[in-house]
Amino acid sequence: MSKIVIKFEDDVSTDAIYPGRYMATVLPTETPAYAFADEKAFNAKLTKKEIPQGSVLLAGSNFGCGSSREQAVSCLKGHELIIVARSFARIFRQNSVNLGLRTVAVPDIEAAEGDDLELGRDEVVNRTSGRRFRVEPLSSTQEAMIEAGGLIPYTRKRLVA
Amino acid sequence: MTIAEKILARAAGLPSVKAGDVVEPKVDLAMSHENAALVINQFNEIYQGTMLPAHVWDPSRIAIIFDHRVPAESWKTANNQRKVRQFVTAQGIGKFHEIRGDEGGICHQILPENGYVRPGALVLGTDSHTTSHGALGTFAMGIGATEMASVWALGVALNVEVPATIKVNIKGKLPSRVYAKDIILHLIGKITANGASFKVLEFHGSTIRRMSVSERLTLCNMAVEAGATSGIVPADAETLRYLKEEAGVKERIAMLDADADAVYERTVEIDVTKLVPQVACPHTVDNVKPVSAVAGKKLDQIVIGSCTNGRFDDLEIAAKILRGKKVARNVRLLIFPASGRIYQRAMEAGIIQTLARSGAVIMNSGCGCCLGIHQGALADTEVALTTTNRNFKGRMGNPNAEVYLCSPATAAASAITGQITNPQKGGK
Ligand code: SF4
Repeated sequence: MSKIVIKFEDDVSTDAIYPGRYMATVLPTETPAYAFADEKAFNAKLTKKEIPQGSVLLAGSNFGCGSSREQAVSCLKGHELIIVARSFARIFRQNSVNLGLRTVAVPDIEAAEGDDLELGRDEVVNRTSGRRFRVEPLSSTQEAMIEAGGLIPYTRKRLVA
Repeated sequence: MTIAEKILARAAGLPSVKAGDVVEPKVDLAMSHENAALVINQFNEIYQGTMLPAHVWDPSRIAIIFDHRVPAESWKTANNQRKVRQFVTAQGIGKFHEIRGDEGGICHQILPENGYVRPGALVLGTDSHTTSHGALGTFAMGIGATEMASVWALGVALNVEVPATIKVNIKGKLPSRVYAKDIILHLIGKITANGASFKVLEFHGSTIRRMSVSERLTLCNMAVEAGATSGIVPADAETLRYLKEEAGVKERIAMLDADADAVYERTVEIDVTKLVPQVACPHTVDNVKPVSAVAGKKLDQIVIGSCTNGRFDDLEIAAKILRGKKVARNVRLLIFPASGRIYQRAMEAGIIQTLARSGAVIMNSGCGCCLGIHQGALADTEVALTTTNRNFKGRMGNPNAEVYLCSPATAAASAITGQITNPQKGGK
């Protein structure tokens, strides 16, 4: 079971997730400090480790729109958040697959902050409301990349094959 | 097949593909900017423990351009840039553009003006506005750093889902002081910020045929603001003229158009005959209004430049409006040409002088204040009007500021009054 710790609206941009002014910072060990840097309260909770790993960040449609910066993924991955959204921007979604951040696209999801979700491969159950929602699947190649542990090991396998 | 399908089929070595197929296409050009520093980390990581030498697949097909923070604004950036330089030398990467006043500039301008992109090519870049290059009949899309590292190693992209295509038919003659920027803002407002998510926008119609490559670059640049994977203008006589005359391409250039029976997801029709200048209001690019709806809004900073609207014709339009006039006392007008070449051409034409005399600050070519990390930061509650492509909260470096997007003409007319102003004669 995963608890929704914060809920965002549609069109959360990569400028909101990881502001451009921190882009010279690239190491996945360092980017988590700036996750949602301008959402001060949320950033403080994250950096003080008040949010348990495996918690859900819920958003509307088009999450991660904007820039291709991968820090927007590595900063969330660093806090081991699970991102559930009605839909994702293409580059963000692929970057998540590549780096192993778990994203779940649930087009019709209805849930509130504090709700508990059960995240299945094909279905999400909102344990608080009892309602069930269909998960939009990843492509089989994307599943294979996740299976391999991300794009780096996946590519490595191809190189040595 | 659509143009995107044709290009991906060719690159994947398949007779045909259709929307939804997942293919592994060969990459014709792989572009990065400062974030090559991150790509290098991931690239080296791939080779960890393989005993293989970490060599890029084809150094002649990799382009690296310093533009996001030039000259470096911090030691961290300076260190990253040095690391990239060393990598470029070690790997023999051919298309490298340093911080220079002659060959430097913004990546999305450097690629076309040097003839690096051709009709029918597959171009990947670690920058979301890589969609720009579709202006030359290319399939071009943005990817992340790790995916680029994989491309550097293999020369193919491992997971490209062939996108469905939306056909956009644009017809009619543009009214005076209405431009490609107004068309694309209008389109994004109409179809919304994710209206073309995971899709290609293929641009057709008489208005497109009359547009210069520069205007087409503006159009395709912002395709990603509707969520599009790629924006494509079919190559034509203007594409050839640009590549031969402006980009110095000598070889034969192959052309490519969609098949007559290509399958489109839908068609969007736009008649621009009565289009008025458009403005995207805070904090989303699809919050688009006619300029009259926001006219009079007091401004603190105006920016003309970027990969969207920092080309010669953009600066020329601004200079025509500002000639003999002064920038209002309450605003700062910042101008950053898209490349050193454009800067010089504008100097030779007297445009830089006109703009500087009016009170504008001419900045070096690069991304400058567009993404809020280098120069031109905004104070709390300040309002900016800019010809760039994004107005997200915090985009220009301050989440407590507001950013409006417009054409160079609207920006220049507004610089004279210090408030959002319709550039059309008799307009308010
Ligand atoms: S000018 Fe702005 S949008 Fe264009 S590449 Fe630079 S930062 Fe990106």
